[in-house]
Amino acid sequence: MVKVKNSEGPVIVKETFFERVFRREKKLNRSRAGNTMMFFFMALFGVFMVMPLIIVINNALKPLDEIFTYPPRIFVRNPTFENFTDLFISMSDTWVPFTRYIFNTTIIMGCGVVGHVVIASFAAYPLAKHTFPGKKALFTLVILSLMFTYQVTQIPNYVIISFLGFNNTYLALILPAWGYGLGLYLMKQFMEQIPDSLLESARMDGSGEVRVFWQIIMPNVKPAWLTLAIFQFQTMWGNTGYMFLRSEELKPLQFAMQQIAAGGARRAGEAMAVAFVLAAIPITFFLICQSSILETMTTSGMKD
Amino acid sequence: MTKTQKQSEKPSVGAVLSKHKASYLMMAPYFLLFTCFTILPVVASMFISLTYFNMLELPKFVGWTNYLKLLLEDDIFIISLKNTLILAVITGPVSYLLCLLFAWIINEFKGKLRAFLTLIFYAPSIAGQAYLVWNIILTGDRYGLLNGFLLQNDFIQEPILWMVTAKYVLPVLIIVQLWLSLGTGFLAFIAGLQTIDKALYEAAAIDGIKNRWQELWFVTLPAIKPQLMFGAVMQITASFAIADVSIQLAGNPSVGYAGATIVTHLQDYGGVRFEMGYASAIATVLFLLMIGTNKLVQRLLRKVGD
Repeated sequence: MVKVKNSEGPVIVKETFFERVFRREKKLNRSRAGNTMMFFFMALFGVFMVMPLIIVINNALKPLDEIFTYPPRIFVRNPTFENFTDLFISMSDTWVPFTRYIFNTTIIMGCGVVGHVVIASFAAYPLAKHTFPGKKALFTLVILSLMFTYQVTQIPNYVIISFLGFNNTYLALILPAWGYGLGLYLMKQFMEQIPDSLLESARMDGSGEVRVFWQIIMPNVKPAWLTLAIFQFQTMWGNTGYMFLRSEELKPLQFAMQQIAAGGARRAGEAMAVAFVLAAIPITFFLICQSSILETMTTSGMKD
Repeated sequence: MTKTQKQSEKPSVGAVLSKHKASYLMMAPYFLLFTCFTILPVVASMFISLTYFNMLELPKFVGWTNYLKLLLEDDIFIISLKNTLILAVITGPVSYLLCLLFAWIINEFKGKLRAFLTLIFYAPSIAGQAYLVWNIILTGDRYGLLNGFLLQNDFIQEPILWMVTAKYVLPVLIIVQLWLSLGTGFLAFIAGLQTIDKALYEAAAIDGIKNRWQELWFVTLPAIKPQLMFGAVMQITASFAIADVSIQLAGNPSVGYAGATIVTHLQDYGGVRFEMGYASAIATVLFLLMIGTNKLVQRLLRKVGD
């Protein structure tokens, strides 16, 4: 154990790396047989979970002749980046310049994610910290919205978006994304743990609610912003907008890549590279923000 | 507060609005969008389900016709309802228990290893369309990974046409769905487990808790009950909405409708045949199933540890 002086006062005891990995101290109620069993169970399922992803990575690195061989092999023999360079060549050869697809994705994702975090946080603050008539009913509606999926509302949504005149614009993807329920739910639950005394002292100083929101609430819920952003990103990443975006020059990157991947056996290698890229982007985002996300999820519980 | 008091003190709507102006104004943008793209569509869907609507002409009111046709005449809907229920009854609870079990075991590890295990188990659910890799594993000829493996080790003599043989479709979909299902609920459990006060376990040990299973039932589960409720909602909702996996792996329509689910049926009528009234009736049935099951399970979960 290493004792670390903390500027706040009490001494914190930190474990060294060695102690963290090989803990000697005995945990309560744990038998060695049980631990061994758990370990093997985890190893077994870990292989099942990770195997398909390993296949994705290996296939992306396989030269074309290795993709179609008998007997089929999981692991690559002569790894190459051919598939990725081929993908780049296909990308530079599209009718709409490829940078345009990247631009579209950036606009749709950027607006969708940032707008959702801001709007949902704005709504979450009164729900978490104010009392007013209708508060419970509104939050119940949000919880109900977690209990069904977008397929239920797809048809009326199409009619509504057409009626509003947003068909074939970025807004058709962005505006509905701003109103998703999960983000508001998580943000409200996270805000509830901010002590009221913090808000009171700011109000004493004469700050209005909007000022309290920006100066006290928002800095204190940083982990939740990131979490909302990631979840929103993941939800929107899967939506290529095929229903709404008909003009080729409005379509997002994922759509264009899937088009390339759908090119049959000739493009089997590129398809593997596409699968790799489309999976790697959200996983990387999660990897970077993992600890913030877990911090937010500690408050995700439903208390009736 | 008695009833008479409440009535005499009840302020006018205008007074309420001006008193809580800040609250309502801050919520206005979100709830405007929420109403527009969530509440209104649900209500609209119920109305459209009572009409004949093909997106070109105005909807014609037809009463309960769509529902009668759906429940009495549409054999494929009955098949897809059955498939959906099988998928939901298996993948819902199993994925929920797996989320809990893996989160619980992962919680026994520390530091980097815990973060790594979390990533491995969570990654499939966020990897976009990476589940398409199952197409490569399950290819029906000798070049499929699974067939290749089974042929080489003489488990089978002929390659199996996995996704075009009706009896294999549903089991395969269940396995792939389970692979995909350690999502938001799983993260909620991991996070919940990390925050349980260690003193609880020490107190429980003194009170005579003997092993990890007793500890799990009497201490851990009650302590993360709110997360259990949240995770249940996430898993149940997802298990009723299985569609993309089925369409991508088994096709739509799948062989003998073995992979048809309510959502694939909905997409068939909504996206291909443009019978929006009928599709909305399917959507309404799906909505009621999802809400009903969620409410029922929440009632059951409230009893955990009581």
